[in-house]
Amino acid sequence: MITKRIIPCLDVKDGRVVKGVNFMGLSDVSSPVELAKYYSDNGADELVFYDITASAEGRRLFTDILCRVASTIFIPLTVGGGINSVDDFDRVLKCGADKVSVNSGAIKNPGLVSQAAKLYGDQCVVLSVDVKRVDGVFRVFAKGGRENTGMEAIEWIRRCTDNGAGEIVVNSIDTDGVKKGFDLEVLDAVCNAVSVPVIASGGAGCAEDFVKLFKTLPKVDAGLAASILHYGEVSIAELKTLLKNESIPVRI
Amino acid sequence: MIAIIDYGVGNLFSLKSSLAAIGAEAVVTRDETLIRSADKIILPGVGAFEDAMNKLRDSGLAEVVKEEAADGKPLLGICLGMQMLFDRSFEYGEHEGLGLIKGQVVPMEGVIPRSLKIPHIGWNALHFKKSCPLFKYISDGDCVYFVHSYYASDCDDAVIATAEYGAELTAAVASGNVFGCQFHPEKSGGVGLSILRAFCESEAAE
Repeated sequence: MITKRIIPCLDVKDGRVVKGVNFMGLSDVSSPVELAKYYSDNGADELVFYDITASAEGRRLFTDILCRVASTIFIPLTVGGGINSVDDFDRVLKCGADKVSVNSGAIKNPGLVSQAAKLYGDQCVVLSVDVKRVDGVFRVFAKGGRENTGMEAIEWIRRCTDNGAGEIVVNSIDTDGVKKGFDLEVLDAVCNAVSVPVIASGGAGCAEDFVKLFKTLPKVDAGLAASILHYGEVSIAELKTLLKNESIPVRI
Repeated sequence: MIAIIDYGVGNLFSLKSSLAAIGAEAVVTRDETLIRSADKIILPGVGAFEDAMNKLRDSGLAEVVKEEAADGKPLLGICLGMQMLFDRSFEYGEHEGLGLIKGQVVPMEGVIPRSLKIPHIGWNALHFKKSCPLFKYISDGDCVYFVHSYYASDCDDAVIATAEYGAELTAAVASGNVFGCQFHPEKSGGVGLSILRAFCESEAAE
């Protein structure tokens, strides 16, 4: 039985993890390498690193950090942020990333998903989508959720999976940061539209939100979370024990 | 020393790092002399079967791998590298493999229920079918990381572990000194490193 994945997501700026993390026993709470190792040793099924740097120097630092992370941890590693071209795919894959997440880059350059899928395989290309309701319609937002592209989200996701996107991260802007649970409505719509793995993001406020996610929508493959894990409100071990007790398959 | 065969497919960074993490000396190489002088060989692989087999043959290394395996040197195929150990694959046509293990590689499509997604991607439990030195540091039920759309079939004698995904899929095989993992030990956390460590400790066959 394939297990449901729990995926911590780390935002990196100028080579450091932003939003301090308050774990006991970590000497440097904003070191991507230390945090990656911590999560890997404590039950994370996969890690996502987002580069939120804008400068070329910051990008170089991120690439260096990535190589160090990838030689330290041995679980799947997904990298996103600033992926606009096949060269960007190449840059992070050479550092040991297993999958590359595209968001705005795919919107700006609609050929990117298919080019990358042909070169590196569908399993390597993760489409990350920021979705927000506008007048009752799910719309795709770009630039970190600031700009309405006007595109209908389900249609966009379907087009990208047709072009070779092998996994979809659905980030609901409406539930993100609210901590009242995942956006089950939009996730259900995405699960019904595509046959590739779907990863839920945005809204987890407590461990029960993950139970509700996987119970209500068994087709969802994974849950992505940042602050709830980083701030130690819930540990992955506690979360997985709870899921297991609810008969949801997890890797313990 | 372990030779990781570099024949131009896939990224070998993680595999090399994971061997370094368990203290094994490994080189990524396409040099025949170096491969022949190695104690053990790892055949990695991602992508399409036909393309990978062609690259392995064109590099002249297919024969080297076969000969070294026939001489008793421990060989581990990973993911597509495992599939290449078999007689043939039916991925987009019919293609000949290395023929080191009896069996063939077939699509999951049509075998597993339509409600399950293809590829089979994520962490799944290993179910042991036979005892094997490869598993000496891990337990039945331990999870490992899979990414694949085809699986090895008609290879019952060699199957040492399966994974349940709507059907019993071949997860690991062994035949004498030749081993194969459908999953990625280099991406399977501590369990994966333990499997690699066990392989590093395997002895050459007489």
